[in-house]
Amino acid sequence: MTRLNPRPHGRFFAGLSLLLATGAARADYTWNFPTPVTPIARDTLNIHNEFMVIITVLFVVVFSIMVYSMVKHRKSSGVEPATFTGPTGAFQWFWVLVPFAILLFIDFVLMGIPAFHAVIEMEDTRTKADMVLKVTGLQWKWQYEYPDSGIKFISTMSTPREQIEGKEAKGENYLLEVDNEVVLPVGKKVRVLLTSTDVIHTWWVPQFGVKRDAIPGFLRETWVRIEEPGVYRGQCAELCGKDHGFMPVVVRAVPEAEYAAWVDKKKTEMAAAAAGSDRAWTKDELMAAGKAGYEKNCAACHQAEGQGLPPAFPALAGSKIVTGPLLSPEGKLIPDSHVDRVFNGKAGTAMQAFKATLSDADLAAIITYERNAFGNNKGDMIQPAQIKALR
Amino acid sequence: MNTATHTLDPHAGHAHHPTGLMRWLTTTNHKDIGTMYLTFSLLMFFVGGAMILAVRAELFQPGLQLMKPEFFNQLIGVHALVMIFAALMPAATGFANWMIPLMIGAPDMALPRLNNWGFWLLPPAALLLTMPFILALFGIGDGAVATGWTLYAPLSVQGGIGVDFAIFSIHILGISSIMGSINIIATLLNMRAPGMTLMKMPLFCWGWLVTAVLLIITLPVLAGGVTMLLTDRHFGTHFFDAAGGGDPILFQHLFWFFGHPEVYILLLPVWGLMPHVLSTFTRKPIYGHTAQVYGFIAIGVLGLIVWAHHFMTAGLPVPALLYFMYSTMAISLPLAVLFFCWIATMWRGAMSFETPMLFAVGFIVLFGIAGLTGLVLADVAADAQYHHSYFVVAHFHYALFAGGIMGVMTGVYYWLPKWTGHMYSERLGKLHFWLTVVSFNLTFMPQFFLGLAGMPRRIPDYALQFTEFNAISTVGAFVLGLSQLLFAWNIWRCVKGGDKATDQVWEGTSGLEWELSSPPPYHSWDTQPVIKSST
Repeated sequence: MTRLNPRPHGRFFAGLSLLLATGAARADYTWNFPTPVTPIARDTLNIHNEFMVIITVLFVVVFSIMVYSMVKHRKSSGVEPATFTGPTGAFQWFWVLVPFAILLFIDFVLMGIPAFHAVIEMEDTRTKADMVLKVTGLQWKWQYEYPDSGIKFISTMSTPREQIEGKEAKGENYLLEVDNEVVLPVGKKVRVLLTSTDVIHTWWVPQFGVKRDAIPGFLRETWVRIEEPGVYRGQCAELCGKDHGFMPVVVRAVPEAEYAAWVDKKKTEMAAAAAGSDRAWTKDELMAAGKAGYEKNCAACHQAEGQGLPPAFPALAGSKIVTGPLLSPEGKLIPDSHVDRVFNGKAGTAMQAFKATLSDADLAAIITYERNAFGNNKGDMIQPAQIKALR
Repeated sequence: MNTATHTLDPHAGHAHHPTGLMRWLTTTNHKDIGTMYLTFSLLMFFVGGAMILAVRAELFQPGLQLMKPEFFNQLIGVHALVMIFAALMPAATGFANWMIPLMIGAPDMALPRLNNWGFWLLPPAALLLTMPFILALFGIGDGAVATGWTLYAPLSVQGGIGVDFAIFSIHILGISSIMGSINIIATLLNMRAPGMTLMKMPLFCWGWLVTAVLLIITLPVLAGGVTMLLTDRHFGTHFFDAAGGGDPILFQHLFWFFGHPEVYILLLPVWGLMPHVLSTFTRKPIYGHTAQVYGFIAIGVLGLIVWAHHFMTAGLPVPALLYFMYSTMAISLPLAVLFFCWIATMWRGAMSFETPMLFAVGFIVLFGIAGLTGLVLADVAADAQYHHSYFVVAHFHYALFAGGIMGVMTGVYYWLPKWTGHMYSERLGKLHFWLTVVSFNLTFMPQFFLGLAGMPRRIPDYALQFTEFNAISTVGAFVLGLSQLLFAWNIWRCVKGGDKATDQVWEGTSGLEWELSSPPPYHSWDTQPVIKSST
C-alpha cells in the first residue's frame, strides 16, 4: 500500500514508528502521509519526515537524561539530595545556555529555512499557471467550473445510504466516491480558486498536499500540478453541518489528450442539457427526472419521503409553501413561494439558492416532483422553458 | 495599606458558620469555595467524558450505528466546551482558592463575596450549555450547539437555539472567570505575608497570576465575538456575512485571540504546580525559580500574538503566514526553560515515586509529546496536511488531557491529604495512574497516525482504511473513561477517612501551606506569618 519515501530519514521514521507499535503493526496500516503526487505534497512529506526525526531525537535525548536521573537518583538507593537551585559560575551558565542555542538553531534554521521555501512555493498560485479550476463548496457537495471551457457540474457523494446504515456491504471506496469526478490533466499547473455559497468548507486531497478553506463571499486560491495519472480521493475538512462527513473530493488525473477528449464530451453533454430546456416535457418525464434529482440534491435534508428533520429541515409533505401557488398569473416569481425557495434559497439556513447550481430541466423536474409526490398531489407542473424565462 | 495586616478580628478562630445547604450557598470561605469548584469540576469531567464515550462508540466501526450526524456534531462541541470551561478551568480555580491563601499566608481571598458569586454562576452556565439536549427531547429546538466548540460563523449563524444557549453560557462563564481573575490578582498583589516579595512568591501563585492576567485580556474579546454572532443571528447585523460587508474570518480572529491564550490559561496553573511536586518528591529545592517566573511571563506574552496559527489554511497572506509560523516556533524557547528546570530539579535529588510524583513524571513526558508535535504544527506547509485532521486532535489531547487533566490529578493527589487530613489509598492511586497513562496513549497515539493518513476531524463516519486505528482508539477511550471511576472512588474514600496525614504530609515539602495542620482550620493564618529575608 504505502510506497517508501525516497529520502532515507523517511524510511527511518517509518521504521521507528513501526518499532514503537509493533504490537499493532499490520500491513494495511498507514503510518505516514499517503504517496505524494504533486511537488507541494512531496515537499510537505520531506519536511514532515525531517521534523519527525528532529523531534524524535529531541524527545529521546531529553527524556533519556530524565530517565537516567529517575533510575540513579532515588531515595531508596540512599542518595543524598543536592541543594543547588540554579547555575553558578561561567562554566555552568555556558552549559545551561547550550541547549537553548541548539533549540534556536533547530527552530529558525533547521526547521525555519525549509519551511520558508515551502510556504513561498505553496502560495505561488499564479506564476505560469496553465489553467484554472473553480471549486465552490455547498452544503454538502462540491461544484466545479472550468472557466476556459465553460464546463460546470456538481459532484455529490455516490455511496448509497444502505451502505452507511449497514444494510449493505461497504464498497472499496466507501464515502470517498462521487457521481461526477473532477478531471484534470497531468503535468499542468492548475490554479484552484475556492469559494462557498453557504458556510466554510475545506477542500482537501491528502496526496496533493493541498488543503484550503472555501469561504462564502471570498475567493481563496491554491494550486496543484499532478505528476502521475490516477484517481485521488479526499474530503471536506471543515465542519460544515449535518453531512460534513459525506462530501468527498475525487480527482481523476489523466494525460493531456485524454483530458481534451473529456472536455469535448462534457461540452456535448452540456449542450444537450441546455437543449432540454427549450423543448416541452411530459409530466411523466418531469416526475422521473425529478425523483432522481430530488434524491441527489434534496433528500439529505428533506428526507426521501419528504418528511424533513424539523425544526432545522422542514417537511415538504403537506408544506404550505410547496402546496401554494406556482407562479403569478403573469408567469412571474411570487416572493417566498415554492419556486422562489428553490431558486433563491433561504438566508441564514442550509436552504441554498439552487438556481446557481442546477439546470433549467433539473429545477423544473424537481419542483414538479415535490408538488406531486409525498401526497402533495397538486396536479400542476412547470416546464424547463418557464424556468429559463425566470432567470 | 496592606489589608492583611488587620488580623485582630475578634471573631477569628471561631469557625462558626451556617450548616447544611446554607453553608455552601452563602459561604465566603476560600476553602469551602475551593471544595465546591473542585467537586463541580469532577462532576462535569464525567459529564464531558460520557459525551465523548458515546462519540467514540459511534466511531468504533465505519457506518452510522448509534446516532445521527446532527447529534454527533452536538456531542463533540459540547464535550469540548464542558471539558474546557466546566471541568479544567474550575479545577484550576478550585486549586487557586484552596491553596493561594495558604501559600502566601493570607486569611482568605481578597474579595470573598465576589468569590462566592463567581462559583455560583457556574452551575447555571453549565445548565444552559446542556439544557438544549433536554429541551430537544420535549420537541423544543433541535438540540445543543452543533458547530464544534469553535462556533465558526456562518455555520453558527445558521444553527438552532443551541447556539444562543451556548453564547449566553459563554457570557456567564466569562463573567465568572473574570471575577475570579480579579480576585486572584487582588489577593496575590495585596495579601502576601510580610517579607514575601513578588519574586519569592511560590511558582503556583505565579502561574495563576499570569493566567489571571491572560483571562482579563482575552475573555472580553471572546465575549465581544460571540455577542457579534448573536446580533448577526437575530438583529440583522452582518459582522460575519460577506453579503453585508462582513467577513467570516473575522470571527476566527476574535475567537482564537481568546482561544490560543486559553490553552495557556488551562496549563499555566499546572506548570506552576509541577515544580512544587518535583521538589517535594526529590527532596531538593526548585531549580530556576526566577527563570520559570520569566518563562511564564514570556509564554503569556507570546501566547497573545500567535492566534492565527489555528487557521493557516484559511488563506492568510504570505507575510502573515510567515509571522505566525515563526512567532509560534518561538514559544518553544520559554517552554524549553520550563522543561529544563523540571528535569534539573529532579537531577541529583533523592526521588521517591508516590502517586503525585508518578503523575508529574507522566505529565512531563506526555506533555513533551504535545510540545514537540506543536512545534511541527507551526510549520505552515506541513500544517496544510495536519490541520483539521486527527493529528491535531491527538496533539491537543496530549496538551490538554496529559498536560491539563493529568496535571490537575497531580495536584489533587498532592494536596488531598492537606485538604482532608487523610491519606488516600496509594495502591488505588498507582493503579489509577498506570491505567490512565496506558489507556491514554492507546486512545490518542493511533489518532496521530489517523491524521497523517488523512482522516479529517469531526466526521461521524469514515472511509475503510481508518477502521483499525479507530477501533483501537475507542477501546483505549473506554478503558480511560472507566479508570477515572477509580479516581473518584479514591477521593471519596479519602474524604470519608483513612490514615491520618501529618501537617507536613510529604517528607520533602517546603512552604507556608505545610506549616498548617492537616486539614487546616476553617480560618487559617489569622496571624500573618513573616517570611525571613534570608531565605
